[in-house]
Amino acid sequence: MASAGVVRGLPSPLPLAGDADARPARGGWGLSPRYNSRREPPTPTLPRKREREPTADAVATPISYAIALMSQGRSPILELNQITKAFGGVEALRGVDFALHAGEIHGLVGENGAGKSTLMKIIAGVHPEFSGRFMLDGKETRFRSTRDAHAAGIGMVHQELSVAPDLTVAENVFLGNQPTNRLGFVQWRRMAREAGEQLSRFGIDVDPMTRLGDLPIGLQQLIEIARVLFSGARIIILDEPTSALSPPEVERLFATLHKLRNEGTSIVFISHFIEDILRVSDVVTVFRNGRKIAETASADTTKGALIEAMIGRGGEALEHSYTDDLMLPQSGAGAAVLKVDRLSLRRSLQDVSFEARAGEVLGIYGFMGCGQLELSRILFGKQRPDGGTLAVDGTARTFRSTAAARRAGVALVPESRRAMLFHQEPVYKNISISVLDRISALLLKPVRERAIAQRQVEQLQIRPPVVGLDLGMLSGGNQQKVALAKWLTYPPRLLVLCEPTRGMDVGAKNDVINIVRDLRAKGLAIIVLSTEPETVLSLADRILVLKRGAVVREFAGEAVSKDRLLEAA
Amino acid sequence: MASSDSATAPADHKRPRGLAPFLRSQMRNIAPFLTLIFLSAFFAIASPSFATIDNVGNILTQVSVTGIIAVGLTFVILCAEIDLSIASIANVTGIAVAYFTLQESYVNIANVPMPGIVAILLALALCALLGLVNALGLTMIGIPSFIMTLAMMQIAAGVSALLVRGQIAYKVPDLITTLGSGSIGGIPWIVIVAAVMLLGGHLVLTYTRFGRYVYMVGGNREAAEFAGLNVKLILGSVMVISAVCSGIGGMLGVAHFGSAQQNEFDTYLLDSIAAVVVGGTSLFGGRGGIGNTIVGLFVLGVLNNGLDHVNIDSFLKILIRGLILLAALIINVYAQRLREQAAD
Repeated sequence: MASAGVVRGLPSPLPLAGDADARPARGGWGLSPRYNSRREPPTPTLPRKREREPTADAVATPISYAIALMSQGRSPILELNQITKAFGGVEALRGVDFALHAGEIHGLVGENGAGKSTLMKIIAGVHPEFSGRFMLDGKETRFRSTRDAHAAGIGMVHQELSVAPDLTVAENVFLGNQPTNRLGFVQWRRMAREAGEQLSRFGIDVDPMTRLGDLPIGLQQLIEIARVLFSGARIIILDEPTSALSPPEVERLFATLHKLRNEGTSIVFISHFIEDILRVSDVVTVFRNGRKIAETASADTTKGALIEAMIGRGGEALEHSYTDDLMLPQSGAGAAVLKVDRLSLRRSLQDVSFEARAGEVLGIYGFMGCGQLELSRILFGKQRPDGGTLAVDGTARTFRSTAAARRAGVALVPESRRAMLFHQEPVYKNISISVLDRISALLLKPVRERAIAQRQVEQLQIRPPVVGLDLGMLSGGNQQKVALAKWLTYPPRLLVLCEPTRGMDVGAKNDVINIVRDLRAKGLAIIVLSTEPETVLSLADRILVLKRGAVVREFAGEAVSKDRLLEAA
Repeated sequence: MASSDSATAPADHKRPRGLAPFLRSQMRNIAPFLTLIFLSAFFAIASPSFATIDNVGNILTQVSVTGIIAVGLTFVILCAEIDLSIASIANVTGIAVAYFTLQESYVNIANVPMPGIVAILLALALCALLGLVNALGLTMIGIPSFIMTLAMMQIAAGVSALLVRGQIAYKVPDLITTLGSGSIGGIPWIVIVAAVMLLGGHLVLTYTRFGRYVYMVGGNREAAEFAGLNVKLILGSVMVISAVCSGIGGMLGVAHFGSAQQNEFDTYLLDSIAAVVVGGTSLFGGRGGIGNTIVGLFVLGVLNNGLDHVNIDSFLKILIRGLILLAALIINVYAQRLREQAAD
């Protein structure tokens, strides 16, 4: 960490200790905005400091800090020693110690593949095989299944949505333990009533008898979280719970977490949003490369310090907070490659019109469920619009299949890596899949395929640079690059990227940003759709804000900031 | 571009090696092969008449029709679909080719005699058409293949029934007779046809673009669609391929058995599916291939044949076959899980 300064031409960040020395008055507080915000307004000299402090949270914190301090002296309810776990020869965890106390919110941060999720899956009984000591309530325990963990009072919300879309909201809330009468029949009315009560405690106002799959994804995720939160579990693990939630929903989640914490529940909170971690948790543990790097009270650390610990080098220059105004360039873009006119799709899109130009990155921002995903599917021919037209290079098109869209020069990288890659196939087949028809009429040309893949792997710095390796062996960030790579051998006219940096660590994010900029320089028209303002702000030259399926604002050649985007959406 | 070492997984540059992981990942290929060796050794010891050249010839001939049908089915299962209409389509194609051939005067079927080659082409067109109906139902209407082909099973059986009306036809075109029951240099033509078709299927799956698409669609259909592949076209094609392979199997089978009648191929449905799955092709798609199917064919062939050579209750045979199939299914699913864990 000390040698952080001069890595690869990045501006040398100030060492944090020096930062504190320069301002001794604040140094004593730690640099956390949490504990000094009420006394001292944030200063613009510290860009990573959050500008807006939710008051409820700020009031709650001294208590939480006291609890965190108290819990240090008590014996933990969950204690893991020297946990090691390997998948097919790759060590995901190496001798990790972890302790969780009662009434504590424990934040976990780390890059993709650092081992956070693996450790939590061990705790939740998903991975029964590992080496090391697992102590629950001071007794050595071994879970053989998630059922064992559940019985021991451990609940987990996984990163991927795992709900039953065809069941009702109430059934999902009570999944696995529906209230029954003496004869074993499900008490539907009681179930609906209690589900409704629980959800409204959480600020969710839905009819418990609606089919879950009919609700927007963000709401589904919230209901899944609610199920675990109110299941009576005393240890709750949340893996990236906020990624699909809108800011008000995040607020509600945090308020509920604090309430549960104060009632004595222990909570583990994994997130890439370090501000969230700092706000919500009492203690933060940092993982890197399957090891635990640091554990500290949230009050004693800062975003910059955590990022530095996570990636092992000065990372501040990579992570902008985007709270300040950002100037969008005056339009210098070329001709319109894509023209979308009054596109509509049932409940998802209403009269959406815009154009994407060569050599320009068009950002489309909006909350989860604003219609972005549907829009991307329509552009790539996976879904047909109810009305409206789209034209590529001046030719009106109706795509009957994704193959037709690809032939017309449109490429899409969807938001889910699971949905766009072949995990059991080698890297080169993942890259060559989209160019096969251009390099071979009938017979495959494996040598050519590998050469093409090798070139992309080198250009995009995919690690490890072995094209024959199964894709599943790569880390998430590298998988994302593979997903991009398959479109780059014969660059499309229009590249549509959904959430290109979601769930990625800072380094990989930066790589993707650079790749996109290179492509823009080559004259591609690029559309970036994201629910994360940072993603759009870091990439886009022009920004559309989508709200409930309609374009409500366009930012072009003017100043824009995270606040303004959020305000518009 | 800035550094990307941060995006590197813990043990990068180290490909996981070692015998145990390799064996685990290859389990679906190794287990059927070991089963085959074990069964062969067992019957060779248990019965002196089993391990003879003649008997190997018998086994080859016995698995030929199943083998021809299984070629197309392998394509379908690799795409994570299923075709339950294979036996019925084989049956109706066999009956059709006889229907278009001049029968002896004592056969009481109102048939439409045609020149041999036309009869064959019409029969092939019929099975291709039925396969196309399967394909359209699956891709255009979106009926799951399990249900779609179940309906087709009935439709094809119905067409068969209408053509023969409970009668039995005997004559098929000369070309079919030769390929189905003749032999050259002591090798039955039907074995040669099966071998050629299996080889052809293997070459298509391994060395052509279409074959790669089949594996990719089976491996992750959504990803295939996001890669801009015409998934519907590929799924439709495999359903037609399956129906045509079944049809060829049915025509040669009729010649091989010497008669064309209703319900003649009923056992071939289970045998063909068993051959593909016992061989280790994943029911979840994307893994396996013709090589696996060949091993599966031999496992079934050796089992069926060997049980005839040892003194065993013929009714127990059925139970034993069922148990072997169950064991294969367990291995199939288990192998999938091991692989997923390795790739996790």
